[in-house]
Amino acid sequence: MHTFIYNGSFEGWLTAVFEIYEYNINEEVVIVKDAIYQPSLLTQEHIVTPDDTKAKRVWNGLKQKLSPRALETLYHSFLSEDKGIENQMLQYARLVFSNKLTIEHNFSNSAILKITQTAQKVRRERHRMTAFVRFQLTSDGLYYALVEPDFNVLPLIIKHFKDRYADQRWLIYDNYRKYGIYYNLQTVEIVEIAFTESNASSGAILYDEKEALYQQLWQQYFSSVNIKARKNTKLHIQHMPVRYWKYLTEKRDFM
Amino acid sequence: MWERITEKLSILADAAKYDVSCASSGSNRKNSNKGLGNTGNGICHAYTEDGRCVSLLKILLTNHCIYDCAYCVSRKSNDVKRAAFTVQEVVDLTINFYRRNYIEGLFLSSGIFSNADYTMERLVLVAKKLRTEHRFNGYIHLKTIPGASNDLLEQAALYADRLSVNVEMPTEQSLKLLAPDKKRQDMLNPMTYLKNSIQARHEERKTSKKVPVYAPAGQSTQMVIGATPETDLQILLMSHFFYQKMQMRRVYYSGYVPVSNDNRLPSIGTPVPLLRENRLYQADWLLRFYGFTVNEIVSPHQPLLDADIDPKLAWALRNLHLFPVDVNKADLFLLKRVPGIGIQSANKIYAARKYALLNEQHLVKIGIAYNKAKYFITHGVNNNNYKELTAMQIKDRLVNQAVSKYKPNFSPQMKLF
Ligand code: SF4
Repeated sequence: MHTFIYNGSFEGWLTAVFEIYEYNINEEVVIVKDAIYQPSLLTQEHIVTPDDTKAKRVWNGLKQKLSPRALETLYHSFLSEDKGIENQMLQYARLVFSNKLTIEHNFSNSAILKITQTAQKVRRERHRMTAFVRFQLTSDGLYYALVEPDFNVLPLIIKHFKDRYADQRWLIYDNYRKYGIYYNLQTVEIVEIAFTESNASSGAILYDEKEALYQQLWQQYFSSVNIKARKNTKLHIQHMPVRYWKYLTEKRDFM
Repeated sequence: MWERITEKLSILADAAKYDVSCASSGSNRKNSNKGLGNTGNGICHAYTEDGRCVSLLKILLTNHCIYDCAYCVSRKSNDVKRAAFTVQEVVDLTINFYRRNYIEGLFLSSGIFSNADYTMERLVLVAKKLRTEHRFNGYIHLKTIPGASNDLLEQAALYADRLSVNVEMPTEQSLKLLAPDKKRQDMLNPMTYLKNSIQARHEERKTSKKVPVYAPAGQSTQMVIGATPETDLQILLMSHFFYQKMQMRRVYYSGYVPVSNDNRLPSIGTPVPLLRENRLYQADWLLRFYGFTVNEIVSPHQPLLDADIDPKLAWALRNLHLFPVDVNKADLFLLKRVPGIGIQSANKIYAARKYALLNEQHLVKIGIAYNKAKYFITHGVNNNNYKELTAMQIKDRLVNQAVSKYKPNFSPQMKLF
C-alpha cells in the first residue's frame, strides 16, 4: 500500500496524481492531507511537493477528455474538503484516463456519481454565500463581512462579488478557515489578517455612522414583510438553516 | 428623522407584502460601467418566517389611494396609518441595502394618489435616478399603474427590468364586484402595449446592439386566490391566456389574506388557502416546463385541483394506461411526466442510461423520489410489481406516506371541533 501525503492544495493533489502515474503504482494507494495524516508502518509513504509543471500536465490531460463543466465539477468536489474526497477524485481521474470515451455522465458509476453530488453540494454552498453575505460599512469606507461556510467556497464567489460590487472596497472573511478575499477596486487578493468577531465587538472596528441605522432598517423591513397568517417555520428553516444566522443581520437577535 | 423613516418603512413594506412576486431573475444586466450591481439568476437573500423568498426591497411609494378595492389593505375606506416616501428616500434605501448585499434590487409599487400619471411619473423617477445618478445595474421591478400614459410606460420600460400590472381578480365579474372603480380594460391596455413594444424592441436589438435594453425581464401579473368563487380551471385558463397572449414571464397566485370585514369577502380569520395556492403553482409549473396543457390538468368535469395529491400525480393516476414506462427506454417527454421524476432527474436518467441499464439503486442515487415513481416505472429485468393496483390504491398508499409542508397550515377548521 502507498500513501501520498500532500499539503491540501489543489495543485498538490494534481501533483500527487502525476506522481502516482509516474511511479506507475497500481496497487492500493491513498492520498491524504499532511494535516490529518497518521504515520503507519504498513504503508509506503510519498511526500508530495506541489509542482506547477506536473500539476498542469495532469490538468491538461483531464481537460482534453472532460467538458469544462466536468472539469469544474472535479475542482468543486475538491473544495468540499470531505474526508477521502482526494481518493474519489483519483478514481474519477483514473476512469477518465483509462477510457477512450467521455465518462462524465456515467452516473451508474459510484465514484462519478459521488463527485457529481459532492460538487452539487459545494455549489449550493457557493450559492448560499452569495445570498447570505452581509456587509457592514466601516468608517474608512470598507464593506466587510464575516462568514463560516460549510465548504471552502470563497474562491468560487470572487467573481460574483467583484462583478457586482465593482465600485466599493469589500472584504469577505472566512472565520473557519481564517482567510479572506479583499477587493481593492482593481483586483481581488487573498488576505490572512485576523479579522474576527471579537475585534469587531471590542470596538477595534469603527463603523460608518449610518451603519447601525441601515441594519435596523433592514431588520424592520424583514419583520414587516412577514405575513403572520402564513407562518411556516419548517419552510423558513429549510431555506435559512440556523447555522447561518450568526452573521445574518436580520436573524442575529433570534439566536 | 430616522425614526420617521423606520416608521414609513414598516408601513409601506407591510402594505406591499401582499404582492407575492419577488423574482429578480430573467434579466441580464452587466455591470459594465463599473457602477453598482448586476442582474442574473436572482438570489434570495433571506426568507420570511413563512418561507417566502426575500430578494427585493418591496415597498409602496405611498399607501394613500383614491380607490377602494375591497381586497386591498390600502383601500380608501380602510382606517390604516398612511405614509409616503420621497423619491430620494426610496433611492437611498435601495442603494444602501444593495451595497450591504441585502437585496437584488427594488420592487416599487404604489397606491394611486391624484391620478395614474402623477403616480407613475414618480415611480419612473425613482428608477431613472437609480440608473443614471447612481449607475445602478441591479434589478428594478416597477408596478404599472392602470391608466398611465403610454409615454410613461415607455420610460418605465427603459429603466426597469420588469413591469407588472396585477389583474388581482381572475375574472371580470369579480373585479366589478370588488373593485368597482377599476376597469379590466385599464389593466389589459398597458399589458398589451408593453407586450407589443417589448417584442418590437427585442426584434430591433437582434439587428443592432445600440437599441437600449427594454424591460429585459418582461412582464408578470398576479391573481388573488380564494377571495372569489372562481375554480382552478378558470384560474389556469386565465394563466394560459397571460402566458400565451400576453407573453407574461410569470403569473403569481396569492392566497387571499383576509384584510377586511366586508361581506363580499371571506371574513377575517379565515385561513389563507396555502395548499390551494401551492397546487396552483405546481400546475403552473407543469404548464410552463413539462409540456402539459390546461385540459390535462383540470377539466370542466373536474374543475378543481386535487387537494390531497399534486397535479402531476393526479394526471398520472387518471392516465394509468400510459404506465408503467421503462426508464431505460422511454423518451424524455414521457420520463418527465412520471410522478417522482423531475426535469433534472429525467435528464440525468437520459444521459446515464447510455452507459448502463439503470436499476433501482441507480435511480435512487440519481435522486428520483423512488417511493412515488415505483408505481409508474419498470427498469432492467425488474418488472413493475404494482401493475395490479388501481389508481385509488396507489393514491391511498402515497397520501399515507406523504407529509405536506403545507399541511399544518391547511386544516385549522379542525380546531373548531
Ligand atoms: S388601486 Fe391598488 S392600492 Fe388602491 S385600493 Fe386598489 S389595489 Fe389597493
